[in-house]
Amino acid sequence: MWVVFLAVIQRDLMLAFRRRADVLTTLFFFLMVVALFPLGVGPERDLLRTMAPGILWVAALLASMLSLGRLFALDHADGTLEPMLLSPEPLTVIVAGKVLAHWLVSGLPLVALAPLLALQFDLPPDAIGVLLASLLLGTPTMSLIGGVGAALTLGLRGGGVLLALLVLPLYIPILIFGSGAVVAQSTGLGSSAHLQLLGGVLAAACALTPWATAAALRIALD
Amino acid sequence: MDTSSRDRIRAHARPFQWLWQYASPQRFYPVAGRLVPYCLASALLLVLVGLYVGFFVAPTDHQQGDAYRIIFVHVPAAWLSMLIYVVMAFWAGLGWVLNTRLSSMMARALAPTGALFTFLALWTGGLWGKPTWGAWWVWDARLTSDLILLFLYIGFMALQAATDDPRRGDKAGAVLALVGVVNVPIIYFSVQWWNTLHQGASISFKAAPTMGSTMLLGMLLCALGFWAYAIGVALMRLRNIVLEREGESDWVQGLPEVAVKKEPV
Repeated sequence: MWVVFLAVIQRDLMLAFRRRADVLTTLFFFLMVVALFPLGVGPERDLLRTMAPGILWVAALLASMLSLGRLFALDHADGTLEPMLLSPEPLTVIVAGKVLAHWLVSGLPLVALAPLLALQFDLPPDAIGVLLASLLLGTPTMSLIGGVGAALTLGLRGGGVLLALLVLPLYIPILIFGSGAVVAQSTGLGSSAHLQLLGGVLAAACALTPWATAAALRIALD
Repeated sequence: MDTSSRDRIRAHARPFQWLWQYASPQRFYPVAGRLVPYCLASALLLVLVGLYVGFFVAPTDHQQGDAYRIIFVHVPAAWLSMLIYVVMAFWAGLGWVLNTRLSSMMARALAPTGALFTFLALWTGGLWGKPTWGAWWVWDARLTSDLILLFLYIGFMALQAATDDPRRGDKAGAVLALVGVVNVPIIYFSVQWWNTLHQGASISFKAAPTMGSTMLLGMLLCALGFWAYAIGVALMRLRNIVLEREGESDWVQGLPEVAVKKEPV
Protein backbone atom coordinates (compact mmCIF):
# COMPACT_ATOMS: atom_id res chain seq x y z
CA MET A 1 0.00 0.00 0.00
CA TRP A 2 2.83 2.36 0.86
CA VAL A 3 4.53 1.42 -2.41
CA VAL A 4 1.40 2.37 -4.37
CA PHE A 5 1.09 5.64 -2.50
CA LEU A 6 4.68 6.64 -3.29
CA ALA A 7 4.40 5.44 -6.87
CA VAL A 8 1.32 7.59 -7.48
CA ILE A 9 3.00 10.62 -5.96
CA GLN A 10 6.14 10.06 -8.01
CA ARG A 11 4.12 9.71 -11.22
CA ASP A 12 2.08 12.84 -10.61
CA LEU A 13 5.12 14.89 -9.67
CA MET A 14 6.92 13.73 -12.80
CA LEU A 15 3.93 14.63 -14.99
CA ALA A 16 3.62 18.02 -13.32
CA PHE A 17 7.30 18.65 -13.83
CA ARG A 18 6.89 17.94 -17.53
CA ARG A 19 4.13 20.54 -17.65
CA ARG A 20 5.80 23.14 -15.55
CA ALA A 21 3.86 25.91 -17.24
CA ASP A 22 0.61 24.73 -15.70
CA VAL A 23 2.13 24.87 -12.25
CA LEU A 24 3.74 28.23 -12.73
CA THR A 25 0.56 29.83 -14.06
CA THR A 26 -1.15 29.01 -10.74
CA LEU A 27 1.68 30.69 -8.89
CA PHE A 28 1.56 33.78 -11.06
CA PHE A 29 -2.21 33.94 -10.67
CA PHE A 30 -1.66 34.07 -6.91
CA LEU A 31 0.91 36.83 -7.34
CA MET A 32 -1.32 38.90 -9.59
CA VAL A 33 -4.45 38.61 -7.48
CA VAL A 34 -2.51 39.72 -4.43
CA ALA A 35 -1.21 42.69 -6.42
CA LEU A 36 -4.71 43.64 -7.57
CA PHE A 37 -6.04 44.46 -4.12
CA PRO A 38 -3.70 47.34 -3.25
CA LEU A 39 -4.31 48.70 -6.71
CA GLY A 40 -8.01 48.55 -6.04
CA VAL A 41 -8.24 49.88 -2.47
CA GLY A 42 -5.36 52.34 -2.52
CA PRO A 43 -1.85 52.19 -1.09
CA GLU A 44 -2.60 53.35 2.44
CA ARG A 45 -0.33 51.24 4.64
CA ASP A 46 -2.48 50.77 7.70
CA LEU A 47 -5.44 49.68 5.62
CA LEU A 48 -3.34 47.21 3.68
CA ARG A 49 -1.75 45.83 6.83
CA THR A 50 -5.21 45.17 8.28
CA MET A 51 -6.47 43.60 5.10
CA ALA A 52 -3.34 41.57 4.34
CA PRO A 53 -4.31 38.26 6.01
CA GLY A 54 -7.65 38.21 4.23
CA ILE A 55 -6.21 39.18 0.86
CA LEU A 56 -3.45 36.60 1.00
CA TRP A 57 -5.82 33.89 2.15
CA VAL A 58 -8.48 34.62 -0.48
CA ALA A 59 -5.85 34.70 -3.21
CA ALA A 60 -4.41 31.38 -2.00
CA LEU A 61 -7.91 29.94 -1.94
CA LEU A 62 -8.70 31.05 -5.49
CA ALA A 63 -5.36 29.87 -6.84
CA SER A 64 -5.76 26.53 -5.13
CA MET A 65 -9.25 26.16 -6.53
CA LEU A 66 -8.24 26.99 -10.09
CA SER A 67 -5.63 24.26 -10.11
CA LEU A 68 -8.11 21.60 -8.93
CA GLY A 69 -9.32 20.97 -12.45
CA ARG A 70 -6.01 19.32 -13.20
CA LEU A 71 -6.35 16.78 -10.43
CA PHE A 72 -8.33 14.12 -12.27
CA ALA A 73 -9.25 15.61 -15.64
CA LEU A 74 -5.92 15.00 -17.33
CA ASP A 75 -5.84 11.34 -16.30
CA HIS A 76 -9.47 10.96 -17.29
CA ALA A 77 -8.80 12.44 -20.71
CA ASP A 78 -6.05 10.02 -21.65
CA GLY A 79 -7.73 7.01 -20.09
CA THR A 80 -5.44 6.31 -17.18
CA LEU A 81 -8.11 6.95 -14.56
CA GLU A 82 -10.18 3.83 -15.27
CA PRO A 83 -7.31 1.41 -14.55
CA MET A 84 -6.84 3.18 -11.24
CA LEU A 85 -10.45 2.41 -10.37
CA LEU A 86 -10.06 -1.19 -11.50
CA SER A 87 -6.80 -1.78 -9.68
CA PRO A 88 -6.72 -4.17 -6.71
CA GLU A 89 -5.06 -1.46 -4.65
CA PRO A 90 -7.40 0.62 -2.50
CA LEU A 91 -8.67 3.62 -4.46
CA THR A 92 -8.48 5.77 -1.32
CA VAL A 93 -4.69 5.28 -1.24
CA ILE A 94 -4.35 6.21 -4.90
CA VAL A 95 -6.55 9.27 -4.40
CA ALA A 96 -4.61 10.31 -1.29
CA GLY A 97 -1.40 10.09 -3.30
CA LYS A 98 -2.79 12.21 -6.11
CA VAL A 99 -4.06 14.84 -3.70
CA LEU A 100 -0.73 14.98 -1.87
CA ALA A 101 1.12 15.39 -5.16
CA HIS A 102 -1.35 18.11 -6.16
CA TRP A 103 -0.68 19.95 -2.91
CA LEU A 104 3.09 19.64 -3.32
CA VAL A 105 2.82 21.18 -6.74
CA SER A 106 0.05 23.78 -6.26
CA GLY A 107 -0.24 24.50 -2.54
CA LEU A 108 3.31 24.36 -1.23
CA PRO A 109 4.67 26.98 -3.66
CA LEU A 110 1.93 29.35 -2.50
CA VAL A 111 2.98 28.79 1.11
CA ALA A 112 6.58 29.47 0.16
CA LEU A 113 5.73 32.68 -1.67
CA ALA A 114 3.28 34.06 0.88
CA PRO A 115 5.83 35.51 3.36
CA LEU A 116 7.43 37.51 0.56
CA LEU A 117 4.08 38.93 -0.44
CA ALA A 118 3.22 39.58 3.21
CA LEU A 119 6.24 41.89 3.32
CA GLN A 120 4.61 43.91 0.55
CA PHE A 121 1.75 44.50 2.94
CA ASP A 122 4.01 45.45 5.83
CA LEU A 123 2.90 42.59 8.06
CA PRO A 124 5.05 42.23 11.21
CA PRO A 125 7.28 39.12 11.48
CA ASP A 126 5.22 37.31 14.10
CA ALA A 127 2.11 37.71 11.95
CA ILE A 128 4.04 36.39 8.96
CA GLY A 129 4.99 33.35 11.02
CA VAL A 130 1.36 32.68 11.90
CA LEU A 131 0.40 33.25 8.26
CA LEU A 132 2.91 30.62 7.20
CA ALA A 133 1.59 28.15 9.78
CA SER A 134 -2.03 28.78 8.85
CA LEU A 135 -1.36 28.37 5.13
CA LEU A 136 0.67 25.25 5.79
CA LEU A 137 -2.31 23.76 7.59
CA GLY A 138 -4.95 25.22 5.30
CA THR A 139 -3.65 24.53 1.79
CA PRO A 140 -3.52 20.73 2.20
CA THR A 141 -7.08 20.85 3.59
CA MET A 142 -8.14 22.80 0.54
CA SER A 143 -6.53 20.24 -1.75
CA LEU A 144 -8.23 17.41 0.13
CA ILE A 145 -11.71 18.96 0.11
CA GLY A 146 -11.22 20.24 -3.42
CA GLY A 147 -10.49 16.68 -4.48
CA VAL A 148 -14.05 15.72 -3.57
CA GLY A 149 -15.39 18.53 -5.74
CA ALA A 150 -13.05 17.68 -8.61
CA ALA A 151 -14.18 14.05 -8.55
CA LEU A 152 -17.87 15.01 -8.41
CA THR A 153 -17.64 17.36 -11.40
CA LEU A 154 -15.40 15.14 -13.54
CA GLY A 155 -16.42 15.49 -17.16
CA LEU A 156 -19.45 17.67 -16.51
CA ARG A 157 -20.24 20.74 -18.55
CA GLY A 158 -20.05 23.88 -16.46
CA GLY A 159 -16.48 22.89 -15.71
CA GLY A 160 -14.37 25.01 -13.44
CA VAL A 161 -17.13 27.38 -12.40
CA LEU A 162 -19.34 24.53 -11.18
CA LEU A 163 -16.37 23.16 -9.24
CA ALA A 164 -15.84 26.58 -7.66
CA LEU A 165 -19.54 26.80 -6.74
CA LEU A 166 -19.44 23.43 -5.02
CA VAL A 167 -16.15 23.78 -3.23
CA LEU A 168 -16.18 27.40 -2.04
CA PRO A 169 -18.86 26.94 0.66
CA LEU A 170 -16.78 24.09 2.06
CA TYR A 171 -13.64 26.28 1.99
CA ILE A 172 -15.22 29.12 3.93
CA PRO A 173 -14.53 27.72 7.45
CA ILE A 174 -10.87 27.19 6.51
CA LEU A 175 -10.68 30.77 5.29
CA ILE A 176 -12.29 32.08 8.47
CA PHE A 177 -9.94 30.21 10.79
CA GLY A 178 -6.84 30.76 8.67
CA SER A 179 -7.27 34.45 8.21
CA GLY A 180 -8.59 34.77 11.76
CA ALA A 181 -5.39 33.25 13.12
CA VAL A 182 -3.28 35.99 11.60
CA VAL A 183 -5.70 38.72 12.67
CA ALA A 184 -5.76 37.31 16.21
CA GLN A 185 -1.97 37.38 16.28
CA SER A 186 -1.88 40.95 15.06
CA THR A 187 -4.38 42.12 17.67
CA GLY A 188 -2.54 40.31 20.45
CA LEU A 189 -5.20 37.68 21.21
CA GLY A 190 -3.02 34.75 20.26
CA SER A 191 -3.52 32.46 17.31
CA SER A 192 -3.28 29.07 19.00
CA ALA A 193 -7.02 28.41 19.07
CA HIS A 194 -7.41 29.14 15.36
CA LEU A 195 -4.37 27.09 14.43
CA GLN A 196 -5.54 24.16 16.52
CA LEU A 197 -8.93 24.28 14.82
CA LEU A 198 -7.21 24.38 11.44
CA GLY A 199 -5.18 21.37 12.47
CA GLY A 200 -8.33 19.58 13.54
CA VAL A 201 -10.03 20.30 10.23
CA LEU A 202 -6.92 19.03 8.42
CA ALA A 203 -6.93 15.83 10.45
CA ALA A 204 -10.61 15.26 9.74
CA ALA A 205 -10.10 15.97 6.05
CA CYS A 206 -7.15 13.54 5.88
CA ALA A 207 -9.30 10.83 7.41
CA LEU A 208 -12.56 11.38 5.56
CA THR A 209 -12.05 13.04 2.20
CA PRO A 210 -10.05 10.30 0.40
CA TRP A 211 -12.96 7.97 0.99
CA ALA A 212 -15.49 10.54 -0.25
CA THR A 213 -13.31 11.35 -3.27
CA ALA A 214 -12.95 7.68 -4.16
CA ALA A 215 -16.72 7.22 -3.88
CA ALA A 216 -17.28 10.28 -6.06
CA LEU A 217 -14.83 8.95 -8.68
CA ARG A 218 -16.71 5.65 -8.83
CA ILE A 219 -19.96 7.56 -9.26
CA ALA A 220 -18.45 9.72 -12.00
CA LEU A 221 -16.98 6.86 -13.97
CA ASP A 222 -19.63 4.16 -13.69
CA MET B 1 -53.96 -3.25 -4.41
CA ASP B 2 -55.82 -6.55 -4.83
CA THR B 3 -56.16 -8.95 -1.90
CA SER B 4 -54.29 -11.84 -3.50
CA SER B 5 -51.07 -9.85 -3.86
CA ARG B 6 -51.50 -8.50 -0.38
CA ASP B 7 -51.83 -12.07 0.93
CA ARG B 8 -48.79 -13.13 -1.04
CA ILE B 9 -46.79 -10.36 0.51
CA ARG B 10 -48.05 -11.24 3.98
CA ALA B 11 -46.88 -14.81 3.41
CA HIS B 12 -43.29 -13.61 2.98
CA ALA B 13 -43.64 -10.93 5.61
CA ARG B 14 -40.70 -8.99 6.91
CA PRO B 15 -41.28 -6.26 9.41
CA PHE B 16 -42.99 -3.33 7.68
CA GLN B 17 -43.18 -5.31 4.42
CA TRP B 18 -46.29 -3.38 3.46
CA LEU B 19 -44.25 -0.18 3.66
CA TRP B 20 -41.45 -1.18 1.29
CA GLN B 21 -43.78 -1.20 -1.70
CA TYR B 22 -43.93 2.59 -1.46
CA ALA B 23 -40.29 2.76 -2.49
CA SER B 24 -41.60 2.27 -6.01
CA PRO B 25 -42.37 5.53 -7.83
CA GLN B 26 -45.46 3.93 -9.33
CA ARG B 27 -46.88 3.00 -5.92
CA PHE B 28 -46.03 6.25 -4.20
CA TYR B 29 -47.27 8.61 -6.92
CA PRO B 30 -50.99 8.31 -6.05
CA VAL B 31 -50.25 8.33 -2.32
CA ALA B 32 -48.37 11.60 -2.68
CA GLY B 33 -51.25 12.95 -4.72
CA ARG B 34 -53.69 12.17 -1.94
CA LEU B 35 -51.43 13.67 0.75
CA VAL B 36 -50.76 17.00 -0.97
CA PRO B 37 -54.17 18.66 -0.43
CA TYR B 38 -54.17 17.76 3.29
CA CYS B 39 -50.65 19.07 3.75
CA LEU B 40 -51.32 22.36 2.00
CA ALA B 41 -54.68 22.89 3.69
CA SER B 42 -53.27 22.29 7.16
CA ALA B 43 -50.31 24.49 6.27
CA LEU B 44 -52.62 27.35 5.36
CA LEU B 45 -54.66 26.89 8.51
CA LEU B 46 -51.67 26.65 10.84
CA VAL B 47 -49.89 29.62 9.30
CA LEU B 48 -53.01 31.78 9.43
CA VAL B 49 -53.66 30.92 13.08
CA GLY B 50 -49.98 31.29 13.93
CA LEU B 51 -49.73 34.69 12.29
CA TYR B 52 -52.95 35.79 13.95
CA VAL B 53 -51.53 34.83 17.34
CA GLY B 54 -48.26 36.48 16.45
CA PHE B 55 -49.59 39.75 15.15
CA PHE B 56 -52.68 40.31 17.27
CA VAL B 57 -52.47 38.20 20.43
CA ALA B 58 -48.83 38.19 21.46
CA PRO B 59 -47.82 41.19 23.56
CA THR B 60 -45.45 43.92 22.48
CA ASP B 61 -41.87 43.23 23.45
CA HIS B 62 -40.60 45.64 26.10
CA GLN B 63 -37.17 45.97 24.44
CA GLN B 64 -37.85 45.77 20.71
CA GLY B 65 -41.40 47.03 20.44
CA ASP B 66 -43.39 45.60 17.58
CA ALA B 67 -40.38 45.06 15.32
CA TYR B 68 -39.81 41.68 16.93
CA ARG B 69 -42.94 40.23 15.29
CA ILE B 70 -40.95 39.19 12.25
CA ILE B 71 -39.75 36.37 14.50
CA PHE B 72 -42.92 34.49 13.55
CA VAL B 73 -41.61 34.15 10.00
CA HIS B 74 -37.86 34.31 10.59
CA VAL B 75 -37.40 31.56 13.17
CA PRO B 76 -39.71 28.96 11.55
CA ALA B 77 -38.03 29.60 8.19
CA ALA B 78 -34.59 29.13 9.75
CA TRP B 79 -35.64 25.94 11.52
CA LEU B 80 -37.11 24.57 8.31
CA SER B 81 -34.01 25.46 6.29
CA MET B 82 -31.83 23.36 8.59
CA LEU B 83 -34.37 20.54 8.94
CA ILE B 84 -34.93 20.27 5.20
CA TYR B 85 -31.18 20.08 4.56
CA VAL B 86 -30.78 17.19 6.99
CA VAL B 87 -33.84 15.41 5.56
CA MET B 88 -32.58 16.00 2.00
CA ALA B 89 -29.16 14.60 2.91
CA PHE B 90 -30.87 11.62 4.55
CA TRP B 91 -32.98 10.77 1.50
CA ALA B 92 -30.09 11.34 -0.89
CA GLY B 93 -27.82 9.15 1.23
CA LEU B 94 -30.50 6.46 1.47
CA GLY B 95 -30.98 6.55 -2.30
CA TRP B 96 -27.23 6.18 -2.79
CA VAL B 97 -26.78 3.33 -0.32
CA LEU B 98 -29.94 1.33 -1.11
CA ASN B 99 -29.99 2.32 -4.80
CA THR B 100 -33.64 3.45 -4.62
CA ARG B 101 -34.63 6.00 -7.25
CA LEU B 102 -37.52 7.46 -5.31
CA SER B 103 -35.38 8.46 -2.34
CA SER B 104 -33.05 10.45 -4.58
CA MET B 105 -36.03 12.01 -6.34
CA MET B 106 -37.30 13.13 -2.93
CA ALA B 107 -33.96 14.78 -2.21
CA ARG B 108 -34.17 16.63 -5.53
CA ALA B 109 -37.73 17.68 -4.68
CA LEU B 110 -36.74 19.05 -1.28
CA ALA B 111 -33.78 21.13 -2.39
CA PRO B 112 -35.58 24.17 -3.91
CA THR B 113 -37.92 24.43 -0.90
CA GLY B 114 -34.97 24.31 1.47
CA ALA B 115 -33.14 26.97 -0.50
CA LEU B 116 -36.24 29.14 -0.46
CA PHE B 117 -36.61 28.88 3.33
CA THR B 118 -32.92 29.67 3.80
CA PHE B 119 -33.27 32.74 1.63
CA LEU B 120 -36.41 33.74 3.52
CA ALA B 121 -34.63 33.35 6.85
CA LEU B 122 -31.71 35.47 5.66
CA TRP B 123 -33.96 38.13 4.14
CA THR B 124 -36.32 38.41 7.14
CA GLY B 125 -33.27 38.38 9.40
CA GLY B 126 -31.94 41.39 7.55
CA LEU B 127 -35.28 43.16 7.80
CA TRP B 128 -35.22 42.51 11.55
CA GLY B 129 -31.59 43.44 11.95
CA LYS B 130 -31.92 46.90 10.44
CA PRO B 131 -34.18 48.39 13.12
CA THR B 132 -32.69 46.43 16.03
CA TRP B 133 -28.96 46.10 15.30
CA GLY B 134 -28.69 49.02 12.90
CA ALA B 135 -27.33 46.87 10.08
CA TRP B 136 -28.91 44.81 7.32
CA TRP B 137 -26.15 42.26 7.63
CA VAL B 138 -23.27 41.42 9.95
CA TRP B 139 -20.66 38.79 9.36
CA ASP B 140 -21.15 36.90 12.60
CA ALA B 141 -21.01 33.12 12.91
CA ARG B 142 -24.69 32.29 12.60
CA LEU B 143 -25.44 34.52 9.62
CA THR B 144 -22.29 33.40 7.82
CA SER B 145 -22.98 29.71 8.38
CA ASP B 146 -26.59 30.19 7.21
CA LEU B 147 -25.30 31.88 4.07
CA ILE B 148 -23.04 28.87 3.56
CA LEU B 149 -26.16 26.68 3.85
CA LEU B 150 -27.76 28.64 1.01
CA PHE B 151 -24.62 28.13 -1.10
CA LEU B 152 -24.71 24.41 -0.31
CA TYR B 153 -28.33 24.15 -1.49
CA ILE B 154 -27.48 26.04 -4.68
CA GLY B 155 -24.41 23.87 -5.25
CA PHE B 156 -26.54 20.73 -4.80
CA MET B 157 -29.07 21.96 -7.36
CA ALA B 158 -26.37 23.15 -9.77
CA LEU B 159 -24.53 19.83 -9.66
CA GLN B 160 -27.70 17.87 -10.40
CA ALA B 161 -28.67 20.30 -13.16
CA ALA B 162 -25.26 19.95 -14.81
CA THR B 163 -25.40 16.16 -14.83
CA ASP B 164 -27.14 14.63 -17.81
CA ASP B 165 -27.34 11.09 -16.43
CA PRO B 166 -30.01 11.23 -13.67
CA ARG B 167 -28.61 8.37 -11.62
CA ARG B 168 -25.14 9.87 -11.64
CA GLY B 169 -26.67 13.17 -10.60
CA ASP B 170 -28.54 11.44 -7.76
CA LYS B 171 -25.42 9.82 -6.37
CA ALA B 172 -23.13 12.81 -6.85
CA GLY B 173 -25.71 14.97 -5.11
CA ALA B 174 -25.80 12.48 -2.26
CA VAL B 175 -22.04 12.77 -1.74
CA LEU B 176 -22.26 16.56 -1.81
CA ALA B 177 -25.24 16.72 0.54
CA LEU B 178 -23.60 14.39 3.04
CA VAL B 179 -20.33 16.35 2.97
CA GLY B 180 -22.30 19.54 3.59
CA VAL B 181 -24.45 18.20 6.43
CA VAL B 182 -21.62 18.98 8.83
CA ASN B 183 -22.58 22.65 8.37
CA VAL B 184 -25.98 22.25 10.05
CA PRO B 185 -24.68 21.59 13.59
CA ILE B 186 -22.24 24.46 13.04
CA ILE B 187 -25.15 26.80 12.32
CA TYR B 188 -27.11 25.52 15.28
CA PHE B 189 -24.27 25.71 17.80
CA SER B 190 -22.63 28.82 16.36
CA VAL B 191 -24.33 31.05 18.90
CA GLN B 192 -22.88 28.93 21.73
CA TRP B 193 -19.40 28.46 20.31
CA TRP B 194 -18.75 32.05 19.25
CA ASN B 195 -19.49 35.50 20.58
CA THR B 196 -22.15 36.45 18.09
CA LEU B 197 -24.41 39.42 17.65
CA HIS B 198 -27.25 37.01 16.87
CA GLN B 199 -29.04 36.10 20.07
CA GLY B 200 -28.63 32.73 21.69
CA ALA B 201 -31.16 29.93 21.83
CA SER B 202 -34.28 30.79 23.81
CA ILE B 203 -35.75 27.35 23.41
CA SER B 204 -33.90 24.26 24.55
CA PHE B 205 -34.77 20.73 25.59
CA LYS B 206 -33.17 21.21 28.97
CA ALA B 207 -34.79 24.33 30.39
CA ALA B 208 -38.04 26.27 30.23
CA PRO B 209 -38.20 28.64 27.28
CA THR B 210 -37.14 32.15 28.05
CA MET B 211 -39.73 33.80 25.86
CA GLY B 212 -43.40 34.61 26.53
CA SER B 213 -45.81 31.72 26.06
CA THR B 214 -48.05 33.38 23.47
CA MET B 215 -44.99 34.33 21.43
CA LEU B 216 -43.80 30.74 21.68
CA LEU B 217 -47.23 29.46 20.65
CA GLY B 218 -47.34 31.69 17.59
CA MET B 219 -43.85 30.65 16.59
CA LEU B 220 -44.58 26.94 16.98
CA LEU B 221 -47.83 27.20 15.01
CA CYS B 222 -46.02 28.98 12.19
CA ALA B 223 -43.22 26.41 12.32
CA LEU B 224 -45.72 23.54 12.01
CA GLY B 225 -47.47 25.37 9.19
CA PHE B 226 -44.22 25.92 7.30
CA TRP B 227 -43.36 22.27 7.86
CA ALA B 228 -46.69 21.12 6.41
CA TYR B 229 -46.19 23.51 3.48
CA ALA B 230 -42.70 22.13 2.86
CA ILE B 231 -43.99 18.54 2.85
CA GLY B 232 -46.89 19.41 0.55
CA VAL B 233 -44.80 21.34 -1.94
CA ALA B 234 -42.02 18.73 -1.91
CA LEU B 235 -44.55 15.99 -2.63
CA MET B 236 -45.97 18.03 -5.53
CA ARG B 237 -42.50 18.53 -6.92
CA LEU B 238 -41.77 14.83 -6.37
CA ARG B 239 -44.77 13.92 -8.49
CA ASN B 240 -43.44 16.10 -11.30
CA ILE B 241 -40.01 14.56 -11.05
CA VAL B 242 -41.54 11.08 -11.14
CA LEU B 243 -43.48 11.98 -14.29
CA GLU B 244 -40.32 13.32 -15.93
CA ARG B 245 -38.02 10.48 -14.98
CA GLU B 246 -40.49 7.60 -15.46
CA GLY B 247 -42.15 9.19 -18.48
CA GLU B 248 -41.36 6.34 -20.86
CA SER B 249 -43.05 3.71 -18.73
CA ASP B 250 -46.53 2.32 -19.40
CA TRP B 251 -48.06 3.36 -16.12
CA VAL B 252 -47.18 7.01 -16.71
CA GLN B 253 -48.41 6.90 -20.30
CA GLY B 254 -51.70 5.55 -19.00
CA LEU B 255 -52.26 8.31 -16.44
CA PRO B 256 -55.23 10.54 -17.21
CA GLU B 257 -53.14 13.68 -16.82
CA VAL B 258 -50.54 12.41 -19.28
CA ALA B 259 -52.53 10.40 -21.83
CA VAL B 260 -52.98 12.13 -25.14
CA LYS B 261 -56.56 12.14 -26.28
CA LYS B 262 -56.74 10.32 -29.56
CA GLU B 263 -59.20 11.41 -32.19
CA PRO B 264 -61.46 8.54 -33.32
CA VAL B 265 -60.24 7.44 -36.75
